[in-house]
Amino acid sequence: MIELPFLIIFPAIAAVLLLFIANETLRDAVVKIAALLIGAGTLYAFFMYFQSGLQLFSVPFEPASQIMFVLELFIALYILYVGIRCRRYLAVLLIIIQSVLLIYVESVFVMGIHPEFNLFIDQFSLIMAMIIGIIGTLICVYALRYMQTYHAHHAEITDRRRLFFFMFFVFLSAMFGLVFSNNLLWVFFFWEITTLCSFILIGYSQTKEATKNAFLALEMNLLGGVAFAGALFYLLYVDPSGQFLGIEQLLTSGYAIALVPAVLIGFAGITKAALMPFSSWLVGAMVAPTPVSALLHSSTMVKAGVYIIVRFAPVYTGTMEGLIIGLVGGFTFLLASAIAISQSNAKKVLAYSTIANLGLIVACAGVGTYKLVWAAIMLIIFHAIAKSLLFLCVGTVEHRIGSRDIEDMSGLIVRMPKIAVMMFIGIAGMFLAPFGMLISKWAAIEAFIEAQFGLIFVAILAFGGSITVLFWSKWMGKIISVIPSGEKVEDTVKKEKWFVLYLLTALTVIVCLIFPLISSALIEPFVMSVYGQTARLSQDNIMIMAMMIFLLMLMPFSLLLYRDGVKHVPAYMGGRPTTTDMRFQGSMGITRETELSNYYFEEYFGEKRLLMAGTALCFGLILLAGVLLTGVVL
Amino acid sequence: MISLTNAILFLLLAPVIGGLVSGIDRKLTARMQGRVGPPILQPFYDVGKLLEKENLVVTSSQNYYILSYIVFIVVSGALFFAGGDLLLVIFAFTLAHIFLVLGAYASYSPYSFVGAERELIQIIAYEPMIILSAVGMYMVTKSFFVNEIAASELPLILYLPGVFIGFLMVFTIKLRKSPFDLSTSHHAHQELVKGVTTEFTGPNLARIEIAHWYENVFLLGFVYLFFAFNPVIAIVAIIIAYLLEILIDNTFSRVKWQFTLKSSWIVAGMMGLVNLGVLYYLAGVLV
Repeated sequence: MIELPFLIIFPAIAAVLLLFIANETLRDAVVKIAALLIGAGTLYAFFMYFQSGLQLFSVPFEPASQIMFVLELFIALYILYVGIRCRRYLAVLLIIIQSVLLIYVESVFVMGIHPEFNLFIDQFSLIMAMIIGIIGTLICVYALRYMQTYHAHHAEITDRRRLFFFMFFVFLSAMFGLVFSNNLLWVFFFWEITTLCSFILIGYSQTKEATKNAFLALEMNLLGGVAFAGALFYLLYVDPSGQFLGIEQLLTSGYAIALVPAVLIGFAGITKAALMPFSSWLVGAMVAPTPVSALLHSSTMVKAGVYIIVRFAPVYTGTMEGLIIGLVGGFTFLLASAIAISQSNAKKVLAYSTIANLGLIVACAGVGTYKLVWAAIMLIIFHAIAKSLLFLCVGTVEHRIGSRDIEDMSGLIVRMPKIAVMMFIGIAGMFLAPFGMLISKWAAIEAFIEAQFGLIFVAILAFGGSITVLFWSKWMGKIISVIPSGEKVEDTVKKEKWFVLYLLTALTVIVCLIFPLISSALIEPFVMSVYGQTARLSQDNIMIMAMMIFLLMLMPFSLLLYRDGVKHVPAYMGGRPTTTDMRFQGSMGITRETELSNYYFEEYFGEKRLLMAGTALCFGLILLAGVLLTGVVL
Repeated sequence: MISLTNAILFLLLAPVIGGLVSGIDRKLTARMQGRVGPPILQPFYDVGKLLEKENLVVTSSQNYYILSYIVFIVVSGALFFAGGDLLLVIFAFTLAHIFLVLGAYASYSPYSFVGAERELIQIIAYEPMIILSAVGMYMVTKSFFVNEIAASELPLILYLPGVFIGFLMVFTIKLRKSPFDLSTSHHAHQELVKGVTTEFTGPNLARIEIAHWYENVFLLGFVYLFFAFNPVIAIVAIIIAYLLEILIDNTFSRVKWQFTLKSSWIVAGMMGLVNLGVLYYLAGVLV
C-alpha cells in the first residue's frame, strides 16, 4: 500500500523543494524529475491495483489526522487574514462558520475515534489518479516554459514562480489525497487545500481583476466547504462513534443515513464543479495564466467536484434530491453550451464548455442509474484529456499571436500548422463521432430513456448536443480557413511544450481507440461492484466506431492524391477586382480588406440573459433540494 | 446482426435511385413552373460532365474535406441500411456534414463562408428533431437498431404522429428545399451565389451532388421506418412525402435563418417532445 502515501506525500515534498529553488535550471530539473516520478508512480499503482477491486487501508501513522487538523486551522487563519486585509467579509464569515463547525466536530465528537480505514483504492480512484498523475504532471512540465514566456511578456507582474510551482504540486498532492481517502474528514482536508490552491493560483498576477476573481472562487468554494462541514457534523451527530465517516461504510449504510450527507456533499460538489448558479468563478478564473486554467479544468479542482458526486451517485439513485441535482446539471449543460455560442474569447468558450460538460456529468450522476454512472466516468476521462490539450494549444497560440480571440485565429492552419492540427483534433475530440465525448453523450441518451423522468434529460441532450456542434465547428472552421497571406510563427515554440502537446494529442486519439479496454478493465468492474450490474456498448458498435476512427486517420492521406492535376484559383469575390491578399475594390474606388467573421447570435444566446435564467433556475432547484432536505432532517 | 449485403446494395443502388429521384424532382418542378423541364436522366449527364472537368480549387485541402464528406455520408447511409444503431448513424451523418462545412470554410471565400455558417445553423435546426425521432422509435420498439425497428410489427406512425410531422419539417431542411434552402439551393435564385458550394467545381461539385443523392436515399429510408409495418403503405408514404416536399419547394419563398431555427426548434419541441411525453406517460401507466 506504499503507493498511495507515496503519491500523496511525494508531490508535497517536491512542492516544498520548489518553494526554495530560485534557480531556473534547477527548477526545470526538479519539476521534470518529479513529474516523471509521479507519472511512474501512478502507472505502478495502476498495474498493482487494477485487478484487485476495492481495497481498504489503515494508515499506521497515528498522528496523521491531528496534523491535518492543525494544517486546516492554519489554512483557516490564512484565509481569515487575507479576507480581512482585502475586506472580503463574506469569505471571512464563511471561513469562521466552517472552522467553528470543524473545531466542534473535532473536539466534541472525534476525541480519539477515527475510522479504521483512512485510505482506499478502487477502479474509480485509479482512473482519477491516472488523470491527475499523467495529465496534471504534463501540465506542470508545460507550465515551465509557459511561465518563462509569460514573465517575459508581462514585466509588470512580480515573478512569483516559486510560489506558482509550489502550489501546482500541492494541488496534485491534494487531488491524490482526495481520491484515495476513505475517511471523509480526510477528504474534507484535501478539499480545503484545493480551494486554497485555486484561490492563490487564480490571483497569481495580483492585478485587481485577478484578486477579485480569486475571492469570488474562494467564496463560492467556501460555501460548498460549509455544506461539506455540515455533512460531517450531521454524520457524527447521527452516530458519534464515527463509523459512517468512511465513504465505503456510508455508501453501504442505506438511504436513511447517507442521503442527507450525500446531498450536502453534492452541494459542495456543485460549487466546486462550477455548475450554475456558481459558474461565474470558473469563468472568472481564466484571468490566471493558461496552465492554471488547464489544471483547474482538466485534472484537478472541478474534477474533484464531479468525483465526489459520482462517488455518491448510488445514494442519489431514484431519490427526489438526486433528480434535482441531476436537473441542476442538465440545465447547466444546456445553458452553458448556449452561452458558449455567443463567446469569441477562446478561453471563455473553453470555460463554458467545461461548465457544460461538468453539468452533464452531474446530470448522469444525479439520476444515478448504473448505465449513467458508466457514461459519467467516460465523460470525466475524455473531457480531461481533450480539454487540457485545448487549453495548452490556446495558451501557445496566445503567446505567438498575442490574442486569445477566436476571430484572430483565422488561418491558424497557415500560421501555426502543427498547433492548428492539434487544436483541430482536440476540438473533434470534444463533439464529433467517433471520439470520446460523443460516445459518452450517446451512452447517456440511451441510459436516460430508461431512467425516471429521463425524457427531460433526453430533450436536454438532443438540443444541447446540437448547440455544442455549432460553437465547436465554427471555431474549427476559423482555424482551418486557408488565408491567402500568412506568416508562419510556430518555430519559436519550445521543445518541452511540443512534447506535452504531442503527448496529449496522441492520448486524445489513443484513448478513443482503447476505450473498450478502459471500459472493461476499469469502469465496468467498478460499476459492477457498486450496482451489481453494468453497462457496455455492443460489440457491433465498437467495431464500427473503430473502423470510423481508422477511416478518419486514413483520410488525410488523400491529400497526397491531389498533389498533381489540381489548379488553384482565387476565391470568388463577386467579380470585383481583387489583389492576391484579398483586398478588393469597394464602392467609390476604395480598396478594402476582406474580413470574415463568425456569427455569434448575441440576441439569442447572449451571456447575460442566459446566465440570469440559469442562475434563477438552478438556484431555485437548489433551494427546493434544501427544503426537501430540511424535511428529511426534521 | 449487421447485414453486409444491404450495405453493399445501398452503396451500388443509392446513387441510381437518388439520381432518378432528383431527375423526377426537376421534371415535376419544371411542370409546376410551366416549363418543359430537362430529361429524367439529366442529373446523371450533369454529374458525368462535372467529373470530366478540370479540378479547380482555392486551396488543396478542399479536396480532402469533400472526399471525407462523401465517404462519411456513404458510411452513415450504409450503416443505416445494414441495420446498425440509429443514433450512431445520426452521429456519423453529422460528422459528414461537418466535413462539408469545413470544406466551405477552408477556402476563405466570403460567399462560401456565409454558406458554411448557415449550413451550421441548419444542422443545429434539424439535429434535435432527428435524435428525438430515433428516441421515439426506441420508445415504441425498444431498440435503436434499424433492422429491429424495421422488423417491428407495430405501426410506428400511429404511435409517433407528432414526431413524424416534426421529421417532415426537418426533411425539408435536409432536402435543401424552399423555404429552408438557406445554405445552398437547387434553384437559380440562391442569394449567396451558391452558398457552401460556391468554391467547388468540377469533380468536387460532382462528389457533393452524389453525396446528396446518397443522403436523400438515406432520408427516404428514414421515412420508411415510420411505416415499416407494411412495405406497400411505406412506399406510398415515401412518394407522398416527397411530392409534398416538391410542392412546398415550389410554393414557398425562402425564409430567414432566424425563422428556420426558431420554427424547427418549436416544432421539435411542440410536436416531437409532446408526442414522446405522451408515450412516456402511457408507458408508465400501462406498466
